[in-house]
This record gives sequence, structure tokens and C-alpha cells, in this order.
Amino acid sequence: MTDLQPEPAPGPALLAAESTAPVSARGDVWRRFRRNRLAVIGLVVLTLLVLAAILAPLITFYDPAKLDPVLSRKPPSLKHWFGNDLLGRDLYTRVVYGSRVSLRVGIFSVVIALALGLTAGAAAGFYGRWIDSVLMRITDVFLAFPYILAAIAIITVLGRGEAAVIFVLGGLGWMSFARIFRSSILSIKETEYIEAARALGASNFRIIRRHLFPNAIQPVIVYATIFVGTAVLSEAALSFLGVGITEPKPAWGLMVAQGKSFLIGSPHMLFFPGAAIFVTVMAFVFVGDGLRDALDPRLRGG
Amino acid sequence: MVVPVVVGAVSLLFVVFYIVPGNPVDSLAGERAVNADTRRVVEAKFGLDKPWYVQYGKYWQRLSHGDLGRSYAQGRSVNTMLKEKAPNSIRLAVWALGIEVLIGIAAGVLSAVRRYSFLDTLTTVSTTMVVAVPVFVLGYLLQYMVGVYTFQHNYPTWARFPVSGVGGDHWHLFLIPAADTWKSVVLPAITLASVSTALVARMMRTTMLEVMRADYMRTAAAKGLSRTQVVFRHGLKNAMIPVVTLIGLDLANLIGSAVLTETVFSWPGMGTTIATAIGALDSPVVQGFTIVLVIAYVLINLLVDVSYAFFDPRIRYGAGSAD
Repeated sequence: MTDLQPEPAPGPALLAAESTAPVSARGDVWRRFRRNRLAVIGLVVLTLLVLAAILAPLITFYDPAKLDPVLSRKPPSLKHWFGNDLLGRDLYTRVVYGSRVSLRVGIFSVVIALALGLTAGAAAGFYGRWIDSVLMRITDVFLAFPYILAAIAIITVLGRGEAAVIFVLGGLGWMSFARIFRSSILSIKETEYIEAARALGASNFRIIRRHLFPNAIQPVIVYATIFVGTAVLSEAALSFLGVGITEPKPAWGLMVAQGKSFLIGSPHMLFFPGAAIFVTVMAFVFVGDGLRDALDPRLRGG
Repeated sequence: MVVPVVVGAVSLLFVVFYIVPGNPVDSLAGERAVNADTRRVVEAKFGLDKPWYVQYGKYWQRLSHGDLGRSYAQGRSVNTMLKEKAPNSIRLAVWALGIEVLIGIAAGVLSAVRRYSFLDTLTTVSTTMVVAVPVFVLGYLLQYMVGVYTFQHNYPTWARFPVSGVGGDHWHLFLIPAADTWKSVVLPAITLASVSTALVARMMRTTMLEVMRADYMRTAAAKGLSRTQVVFRHGLKNAMIPVVTLIGLDLANLIGSAVLTETVFSWPGMGTTIATAIGALDSPVVQGFTIVLVIAYVLINLLVDVSYAFFDPRIRYGAGSAD
């Protein structure tokens, strides 16, 4: 994303900063990230989202579950910013509370996917040989399955609900983490600085902890950020299809599913939750892209 | 590569449905209680009373004859259902793939050739945004714009689109629309293609930018070839390999999006059929349709591998290693 503008010439302040004592690697990453306008916008949106999720009761004015038949499908007004849904519940309140559901699903499923993926990837990358082939064949089989179909199948077995969605998204999402972690381990294992560390007499544990892990984890962090976004998207899709979160929980996908029947008279019922999904996913993608460019400037697209 | 994936997938499908706690007999009966005799008769009819290894053996035997079994819920042959639904899905997929390839590659090449132009910015921003729009929201957005708004505001007929169904049966050679039938397919096709088109455009742009820096591009220009010839004959052909790979791998996502797209547009295809069948625990339908999809996916990726040789003559199959 950053290559929209030609690289700005470093100003005097920047040159001065670069000529002073060595900048820490972390500070360097942050400096590069900050220069990426879209990534910063994404980060701001994410911060607002997290705040909205935490402070939901303070920034909304109604009970998300309060029914009011009189207000059914009322268009947006000053009192109800996003209008009301079929059951007369305030949509703004429900959209704000929906961020809690989405963020919970996104974060917990990425934790599961990370745990499984890093374990499999590390096993394949470190030990190689038959463990590697077996694990990689398994990921091939999993990847050949259409994600949504597999998710629907498993949720039909497990029963619907938030826990099932988290479990399924994490359980079906680990393959890419395994592949990414494995390939970065394999490429880093062959680098000269690992050889140098070994020649200097560093122990295996030290090499893994100080050199291998911090470098191999970088592409994983980038993918994890984007994964949270896609998990939010998948959760919405599953809820929309009726195999995800269940009423009365305020999930964005459910709101869209309810709004779809009233596209003619009350399009607001579909567009506000739809926009919420869009903005959230967008923010995660921007931050992920920004992190990738900041962590490894060589990988910049274009 | 093809065989293990298909065998693995077929077995996985069997296992998933073998361990499903819900019994198909119960879901067939709906809310009513099933008496023990009826249960035994129905289970015997579908062979559910046999131990798992017998069922697994029979399952393979059946599949090897090309028989996908019989639907629990509808009692019809899955092969017949497939013949009914597959053409609709293939038509939608071909249109979506056409949009993906044409628009994706064109946008990618143009934004690489005219880097930093308005068009490039537009491509970069829109491809990032499209990835974040849920397929179903995009579908309804399109429906609202040309299917609801244009009707409510009395727009001319050409701007009004039907929002559901496959439309009339006026097709030439299955794919070429006659009369107004294109209106039924174009909205779902755009919806289905959206995310993949964005991915193709981004990939095309990146590889094209890389290729344009290559020495042979300068050589070609120095030989006196026109810019069009350089870009298309030398640039595009060399930049195609990663893009073709992406198109092949992305098919699994396309199938997933098809479930959503078909739901949004009430398109009677394979995606919605599978989704409904999963809910009804109708395992023969799910297994049969999914096996066909997985095989199609694997075969298309095989085709993708073979197509590398066309784009890069240095890649030759079966003739030892490439130089």
C-alpha cells in the first residue's frame, strides 16, 4: 500500500536521527510503520474499535436487547442514529455491542490457529524428513477443502454458538500459519548469521531463542493480523448463513441476515452492520500490510 | 499429488459424517419420534446398520462405479441432483472466472505500466477495499443499487436488474446469453468474482513491475519493438505464471464464496445445495457434491501446472531438468 507515493526524500530531521547512535530494531520498525499513512489510519480505527468494545455501555444509550414493536424498522433518526431493527432494537447500540462479539471471535480464533500452526510448522521445519512430509500432506488435504463448507459441516456437528465458531475458525485456519512458519524456519536455518552464532559456540537453545524464533515469527505476526480480519469476515458469513452466532447476541452477520429481507423498505438494517464488518476487516488488513512493509522493507509490494 | 489428496478428502468426508452425533433417521423424521422398528428398516435401507469398515468399503465401491449414492432427505439419486445443479454453478463460475481474468489482468497490467497514475491508485485502493467487503454485503449492495433503487425511481429498463434466479432459459451454447438473460448472471458473477479479481489484479501488478525491470525487456525495447509488443509479448507472458498459480489456488475460495453468492441471489447451484444438505445431515449429497468439487479443484490445479510450460518454455515436463 505504501507505494502509492514515491518514497519521500528523508528530511534533515530524519537524517539527523539516522546518524545518531544505532536505533533499536523495534524503534526502526515503528518509525517505518508510522510513515505508512494507511497503516496508521488502520491502527487508529482498531484502537477506536477496541475502545468501543470495552466502553460499549458508556457510549450507547439503549439496552441492546430491549424490544420495542412500535419502533420496528424505523429509519435512522437523531434519537436512533442507525435506526431500529425488525424487533425495534436500537441498531447503533447493537452494532457497537457487535464489535465485542467480532473481536472476541477474531482474537480467540487466531490464538487457536497460532497454537496449532506454530506447533505443526515448528515440527515440520526443525525435524524435517517424514514428519515434514506427513504434516505438509495433511495441510494440502485441509487446504483443498472449501473453507466455508468445512466450517458449516463441523458446526452442524458441534452445534451453533460463539464457542463453536471460534473453535472452527481456529481449527481450520492453522494450515497457513504452519506453512509460513515452516518455510521461514527453513530459510533462516541456512542463513549465515545462524552459522556465525553456531561457530561462536552458541547453544541450540540460545540460537532458537535469540536468532531463529524472532526472525521466523515476523511473517507469522503479519499473517496473524490479517487473519483476525478474515476471521471477523468468516464469522459474519457463518452467522449470515445461520450456522454461526445465534440470537439474541448482537453479531453483525446476523443483523445483515435480518436486514436482507427488508432491502426494499429498510436498507439501513443491512448497510450499517455491513459497513461495520467492512471497516473492521479493512483496519486489520491495513495494519497487517503496514506491519509487513515495516518489518521487512525488502518484501514491499512493487 | 492428485491421488493422495483425493483419497484423503474422500476419507475425511466419510469420517466427518460417520462421527456426526445426529442420526440421519432422526433428521429425516423431523420433530416426530421414531419407533425402533422403523429405525431398523430405514437404517438397513441405507446400510447404516453395518460396522464402519463395511460402510467404508461399500462407500468406495460405490464411488469407484461413479455412483454418488442416494439422498436421505429427497430419496433421489445424487448423480441426478448433480446433473441438475452443476450446469447452473458452472455457468456462474465461468462468467466469474471471465471477469476475474479479464478485469484482474487488465487492471494489474495497466497499473504496472502507468505506475503512480490515477488508474494505479484507483486499482490499489479498490483492490484493498474489495477484499474487506463481505461477499454477501456486496451482493445486497448491488441488488439495492440496480435492483431496488432503479425500480423505485423509475429508471429505464436497461438499468433494472432481476435480483434472484437464473432467468429464462435462453442461452446459446450454454454460455452465451440471449435476450435479457445476461442480466440475471452478471450481478452474481460480479459478486462471486470480486475478491478473486482484486487478488489477481494485485498479483499481476506486482509481478508485472518485477518483469518490467528485467534485462530482456530492455533488450526487446532496444531491438526496436513497439511498447505494446514489449509489454504484451515479452512482459505479460513472463508475468503470467504466478497469476495463473493464484487463479488455480483461489478456486477453493471461489467455491466458498459461491455458497454465499448463490444464497444471496437465490441461484440454484451446487453451493446452496451443499449448504442445505449439511444442515439436514444429508451426508450422501454433501459427500457426493464435495468430492466432485475437490476433484475439479485438484484437476484444475494440475492444468495450471501444465500451463506453466506454455508461459515459460524453459519449463518442460518429462524431459529431464530445465536448463
